Amino acid sequence: MSKNKVLLTDPLDDNNPITVQVLGICSALAITVQLKAAIVMSLSVVAVMAASNVIVSILRNLIPNRIRIIVQLVVVASMVVLVDEVLRAYAYDVSKELSIFIGLIITNCIVMGRLEAFALGNGVWRSFLDGVGNAFGYGAILILVAFFRELLGSGNLLGVQVIPDSFYEMGYENNGMMLLSPMALITVGLIIWVQRSRNRKLIEKA
Amino acid sequence: MEYANLFIKSIFIENMVFAYFLGMCSYLAVSKTVKTSIGMGFAVIFVLTITVPLNFLIDKYLLQLGALSWIGPEYAELDLGFLSFIMFIAVIASMVQLVEMIVEKFSPSLYGALGIFLPLIAVNCAILGGSLFMQIKDFSGITESAIYGFGSGIGWLLAILAIASIREKIAYSNVPAPLKGLGITFIITGLMAIGFMSFMGIKL
Repeated sequence: MSKNKVLLTDPLDDNNPITVQVLGICSALAITVQLKAAIVMSLSVVAVMAASNVIVSILRNLIPNRIRIIVQLVVVASMVVLVDEVLRAYAYDVSKELSIFIGLIITNCIVMGRLEAFALGNGVWRSFLDGVGNAFGYGAILILVAFFRELLGSGNLLGVQVIPDSFYEMGYENNGMMLLSPMALITVGLIIWVQRSRNRKLIEKA
Repeated sequence: MEYANLFIKSIFIENMVFAYFLGMCSYLAVSKTVKTSIGMGFAVIFVLTITVPLNFLIDKYLLQLGALSWIGPEYAELDLGFLSFIMFIAVIASMVQLVEMIVEKFSPSLYGALGIFLPLIAVNCAILGGSLFMQIKDFSGITESAIYGFGSGIGWLLAILAIASIREKIAYSNVPAPLKGLGITFIITGLMAIGFMSFMGIKL
């Protein structure tokens, strides 16, 4: 049991997909302007990863090695199409906001990376846990970045104003820079800095 | 003139890496030396220039609402748009495989240079992103989409070349230990993206 628990907790910190494995950066940066979009994106990734890890794990002894990448892509793409259709039906505004980035979950390296590294060689239940764990690790960073960007950039959280009006009267200004794309990169850079100074075994040698 | 505008816009103003963060994974993974980054950059240009126009044709004549009306009037109501993700990724994966085989056969030296990068490209978000943006931008012709693909590829090459040159130099600098490697690369990319934002004011 504890071995399975590691699969869930490890990706949250020691083996985080974004800050340690360096997978799935693209979408992590682009859709972190608002907390709401980041949460929806994280949930979509959880769904896609859990489902595709399970499917590939079931099929793992049937897939010929040479065409495994295409098979994996097709499995992931079908899951993403499902998620996309569900979002369009029930959360049209958010789906418009995420524009092409839902489609880009297909080429999100986390999904492919975990399929290659884990689901192809492990049982169904363990693959499921691994998928959920990694997707949560990904979502944690996404939500953290979005939290700071929305708070400092527009003074809101989930679209509700949290910085009181009295602050603005005292001369506080929203930092419009936080809403622009470069600050996402710098925020992730700073998160990596904080994480690695807390957890020194992650420091790179080179 | 319109084509030239689109070309410049896709390189600088809508740079794949700095404006949309597409292809970041390979951008971070293969930018340790200038030599490998050039190989990867050219492979991306190559594949983008082929797949964007190809996917444009597929989107226009097979998937869009009413795209099938060339078969017969009874098909004019069909909208296969929901299949576009699967079609695009299948086209990209098979084109990458095809390009790999052709290059291996006709130019072993180029294959030696690009070899290991070609399979990586199938899962490079910049490639799929190019096709999905093409779908959103609603280009009118195949030339436009080819120019867009080519320009985006060049923009990606510029970005990876720049970061690789900086990373080669920074290897000798005294960066704080927890920031070494990944952390500093993110921050440098952020600063470069601020630089690229100065192109945003240009209206073409």
